[in-house]
Amino acid sequence: MTLRTKAPAGMLAALPLVLFMLVAFGLPAVAMLTGAFSTSSDAPGGAQWTTANLTDSVQGAYLTGLVSSVKLSALSALLAAVLGLPLAQAVVTSRHRALREGVLAASGVLANFGGVPLAFAFIATLGNAGVLTEHLGLTGAGWSLYTFWGLVIVYLYFLLPLMVLAITPALEGLRKQWREAAQNNGATGFQYWRYVALPVLAPSLLGGYVLLFGSAFAAYATAAALGSGSVPLITVQIADALSGNVLVGQGNIALALSLDMVVVAGLVMAVYVPLQRRSARWLD
Amino acid sequence: MTAATASTKATTSAPDPADSSTATTVEFRALSKSFGATVALDGLDLTARPGELLALLGPSGCGKTTALRMLAGFERPDSGQVLVDGQDISGVPAHRRDAGMVFQSYSLFPHLTAADNVAFGLKMRRTGAAERRKRAHELLELVGLPQHADRFPHQLSGGQQQRVALARALALRPKVLLLDEPLSALDAKVRVTLREEIRRLQQELRITTVFVTHDQEEALSTADRVAVMRDGRLEQVAAPAELYDTPATAFVAEFVGTMNRLPGVMADGDVEVLGQRLPVRGAAPAQGPVDVLVRPEALEATADGEGRSRVLTAAFHGSVTRLTLSLPDGATVKADVPSHRAATLPAGATVTVTLPQRPVLVDGPTA
Repeated sequence: MTLRTKAPAGMLAALPLVLFMLVAFGLPAVAMLTGAFSTSSDAPGGAQWTTANLTDSVQGAYLTGLVSSVKLSALSALLAAVLGLPLAQAVVTSRHRALREGVLAASGVLANFGGVPLAFAFIATLGNAGVLTEHLGLTGAGWSLYTFWGLVIVYLYFLLPLMVLAITPALEGLRKQWREAAQNNGATGFQYWRYVALPVLAPSLLGGYVLLFGSAFAAYATAAALGSGSVPLITVQIADALSGNVLVGQGNIALALSLDMVVVAGLVMAVYVPLQRRSARWLD
Repeated sequence: MTAATASTKATTSAPDPADSSTATTVEFRALSKSFGATVALDGLDLTARPGELLALLGPSGCGKTTALRMLAGFERPDSGQVLVDGQDISGVPAHRRDAGMVFQSYSLFPHLTAADNVAFGLKMRRTGAAERRKRAHELLELVGLPQHADRFPHQLSGGQQQRVALARALALRPKVLLLDEPLSALDAKVRVTLREEIRRLQQELRITTVFVTHDQEEALSTADRVAVMRDGRLEQVAAPAELYDTPATAFVAEFVGTMNRLPGVMADGDVEVLGQRLPVRGAAPAQGPVDVLVRPEALEATADGEGRSRVLTAAFHGSVTRLTLSLPDGATVKADVPSHRAATLPAGATVTVTLPQRPVLVDGPTA
């Protein structure tokens, strides 16, 4: 009796979420899929089913953009993960509560400090005429913000705090007894990290890395605001195709490029979800 | 296969049953340690004899865990020394000490199987994989868990996890075994079984063991000697029976077992209590009122229609029944009587309460 009444009530409670998912995720996904596999309605003969958009989206400049986006995301996420781990460990082990809370609060803000303001901040400091660039004479040293490595540094600005936020709970889950038990069994500090801490953290680290990768891969505003044409990125190409910046009537190509991104994001999630589950199981 | 049978079979191939003549002496010498304003240890002097199981017993904050952690190398003393076989190891880092430790709980590495946990120390010492496997198997047999070698910690019960932790602590054939309240997170039944198991193993291996616990029953039933601590100092160290029967201080008397406080008066070195005059053991004020400390089983309650004391309640505890008695002056005390006699002492009965003519411990202003 109870079961009969509970089930519809439970489904009713989930209705707002289902509706939200349909509107915010389902409809755009369907529009993207149909658009990616069809020609524009403005084209001669009207809209027709085709795979040409998808084929074009993985060729030439678009392929370069996709590869470049993946490389930039992979590298900046890797650097953020490598640098973020010791930073987060310093935060977790800090005896100064105020410092610890300050760093975590700042990380929360900075992790979301992408887009135009960030791009402008970097242009003003490390751009061609930036304060630091001129003060330190970086141009003479071959420095340019508008390169692959320049973008990596800009991306690190919001990825590093994101990594701190992502890995801190896992670091807090490392029990003091594990370190002491390792020491008691003859392990040095290095061996503790090599054989205990890092393997225990591995799923969380990988999960964090995947999160950073996804964040960097989807970033658009920062790169667009930097106005760098020297580093083709798929998000910028999508924007150009939609706005007709380069060629008109490329809307369906943009949708195909979006589909490419969804496939990459799907692969990312396929790795991320089971790793998160595994991590949670250990730290329970 | 039960744990007991498995471990009995495994004994022959178990870790080297150390010869008691080669077993280790552990000594805490004038050990002091403070954490900020809190004094954890205040000049502790204590020795664990070769091959014995020494329990450190005391209330929370008495310093027992700090002493153990100093022996393990996790804390450094502010002053004093930790000696193992006469050698000062106070400055030796934890990973170089020859002491296996079982922690309170949750100390197994979650990403390693039971066998890999046991073999962890051997891996740190670069022992070959085959030798590690063999040794881990031996030790898991010793603790009765050979069939759980490939399980992860979260797939084991609390008791099984502590058995694996015990096997891991023994893997490197340590000179000293340290047990930091290893049973406190377990349920009562498992706790009893495992403490018997620990005791059996300790006696088989003749390994000097320091066992920290706040559970007096655990300490008394398991240890060769029990060291009672209070405020960073040693109150008394003695065999369980001695500690129970002749506690050196009122604190020990009341911390170990149940103790009554009966009002008494000092007179010429003796104490007058319940209308009797008894000799006094230990320090006592010259005169004046004192509390006389008496175990429930030392009080004799006899049914007496003329008696001036009264039975308030009678609680059956198997072989004994615990009576709550109201004394003539209104004080309430506990008395244990054999259950077969309890039928004559129901609630409401009047009784006469007496004490045996033996020296008693008193607690008074200068005692």
